[in-house]
Amino acid sequence: MSRIEACFTAMKAEGRKAIVPYVTGGDSNPRVTVPLMHALVEAGADVIELGVPFSDPMADGPVIQLACERALEHGTSLTDVLAMVAEFREQDQTTPVVLMGYLNPIEVMGYEAFAKNAKASGVDGVLVVDMPPIESAGLMAAMKAESLDIIFLIAPTTSPARRKAICEQGSGYLYYVSVKGVTGSKALNVDEVGAYISDMRQDTDLPICVGFGIRDGQSAAAVSKVSDGAIVGSVLVNQIAELANTPEKIPAAVAGIVKEMRQAIDA
Amino acid sequence: MPTTDNTQVQLPDENGHFGQFGGRFVSETLMGALEELEEVYRKLSNDPDFQEEFDKDLAHYVGRPSPLYFAERLTDKVGGAKIYLKREDLNHTGAHKVNNTIGQALLAKFMGKPRVIAETGAGQHGVASATVAARLGLECKVYMGEEDVRRQALNVYRMKLLGAEVIPVTSGTKTLKDAMNEAMRDWVTNVDNTFYIIGTAAGPHPYPMLVRDFQCVIGRETKQQCMNQIGRLPDAVVACVGGGSNAIGMFHPFIEDESVRMIGVEAGGHGVETGEHAAPLSDGRPGVLHGMRTYLMEDDNGQIIGTHSVSAGLDYPGVGPEHSYLKDINRAEYVAINDDEALEAFRTLTQVEGIMPALESAHAVAYAMKMAKEMSPDQVIVVNLSGRGDKDILTVAELDGIEM
Ligand SMILES: Cc1ncc(COP(=O)(O)O)c(C=O)c1O
Repeated sequence: MSRIEACFTAMKAEGRKAIVPYVTGGDSNPRVTVPLMHALVEAGADVIELGVPFSDPMADGPVIQLACERALEHGTSLTDVLAMVAEFREQDQTTPVVLMGYLNPIEVMGYEAFAKNAKASGVDGVLVVDMPPIESAGLMAAMKAESLDIIFLIAPTTSPARRKAICEQGSGYLYYVSVKGVTGSKALNVDEVGAYISDMRQDTDLPICVGFGIRDGQSAAAVSKVSDGAIVGSVLVNQIAELANTPEKIPAAVAGIVKEMRQAIDA
Repeated sequence: MPTTDNTQVQLPDENGHFGQFGGRFVSETLMGALEELEEVYRKLSNDPDFQEEFDKDLAHYVGRPSPLYFAERLTDKVGGAKIYLKREDLNHTGAHKVNNTIGQALLAKFMGKPRVIAETGAGQHGVASATVAARLGLECKVYMGEEDVRRQALNVYRMKLLGAEVIPVTSGTKTLKDAMNEAMRDWVTNVDNTFYIIGTAAGPHPYPMLVRDFQCVIGRETKQQCMNQIGRLPDAVVACVGGGSNAIGMFHPFIEDESVRMIGVEAGGHGVETGEHAAPLSDGRPGVLHGMRTYLMEDDNGQIIGTHSVSAGLDYPGVGPEHSYLKDINRAEYVAINDDEALEAFRTLTQVEGIMPALESAHAVAYAMKMAKEMSPDQVIVVNLSGRGDKDILTVAELDGIEM
């Protein structure tokens, strides 16, 4: 059983919902990332989505764009992010780590090399924002060969036919984008999200996590009632931005936000 | 020249691929909108009413057909092949861009979208979008890199006069690629009421296909005009390549005519060997950006790198996927012209023909002059003069040290 599957199976048995924090690798500098990941786990994170910085993050709002720029100022590459995961794995062999980013850095490394390096570093899955299933055959084959998951996005604008296809091709979990927009968008509508997800359950047995628009304990708790987990990114990255000049304070401060969400979800 | 068969003319395939290039590499949030656009376009492109309205607008609003002009004094000065100019600079709004914006604005109208957005580099596409939006009564927002807002101040004010809102983009390199990122973000957010008018034959499927189809009027007219004026096809067609829309519009109707060389001219900036240029086909490698797989300028980690060109409209690190394909099958040739060569051609054409080209188009003129010298006087080169140079007067004045 993969780490991701084991994680969601255990949570289901305990009746718990996941909290999935997103941070960008190398933000605000490369030395922050591994201690930050450990702090997130300690605060109650179930899965970590680790962003691979890209020069042109087309699907991200200003908060994550700036995170990419900060990480790239330090030259953080895909290879560096893989090394961060390997270092994280020295102490933590159970928390699933999913890389999230754009396709081009993976293309340059090569699909097979990427899948092999990811496996060797202890990565569990990848979510490539700009690679819809229809363009994913090559990477899918490489990832399958290493028993790694590809996590796909589903959006409110996804047609029923394509949703079915995505549910069939995805593995690990599915990421439901709760709003029309980029990361860091306005607040989501929990009733609409709930209705969409219950529809979606007819197409899949995979866990469904919800991201975009989750800003605090209340929205995290509300979303977790209608899904299997809450994905939270921009609020955490905002906190990192505020502390960019005092990076030693970042892990505790960001973990504090996650802890509050954890408590709200579990309450 | 390798043999070509008409399968190339029918590309892209149903998934938007030109060989290994093109495709639809976007976030799931945009897939629905692209599928809808493709479906509408496939239907309308076979609809006589739509075609009739498009042709009527090109004739009476844009002023087509644009002339094919024999540049006799330029030819004499250079010595060698005869140089003809396809006068897209004479179109309404001053460039080829309007052929495409007319087409896409009609799509927006048929789809009932009240709001259009566009990205722009030199501002020509922004102006053309603002123009058709004014004419159809659509709300229009134009995203433009902060650096280009500065370089193309005249066009910025033109867009404002036309009623469009120009939004300076401050992320990344503050040029065309970042404007395109920002327009995509707007589109994702406002997808229900907004039509995104992409300004070049690039981006996710179906854009490279539909922009090409709208621009093909350039090559079709050129073919006809060559038959009328010289009684045969030209030996070569030459066009500048930014994202590649004026070039593909000129090239595509000639793909099956193997005797016609097709030459795309990229921006060599300070020189391809310096790395400071915007010539991905000359010095890039395949990758994925802006929804397509194509030749890109990128570093060893897959990050897109900054480009340089004196002409804002060519300052783009990628290129339309069909050009990547035509390069790989060796049907078209791609070369680069440096800033100073383009500026010299700008002055030459202005002085000997009284035609002031856009700095983008001056790249094509410069290469045609180089080529013509090596060819015989009974040969013919057609240069796509994609736009007029009024917008560039301030840039040239600045280089001359003149304050306006
Ligand atoms: C006059 C002119 N020519 C050429 C271009 C380059 O675009 P494309 O390669 O799509 O024709 C531009 C872009 O702004 C332009 O304004």
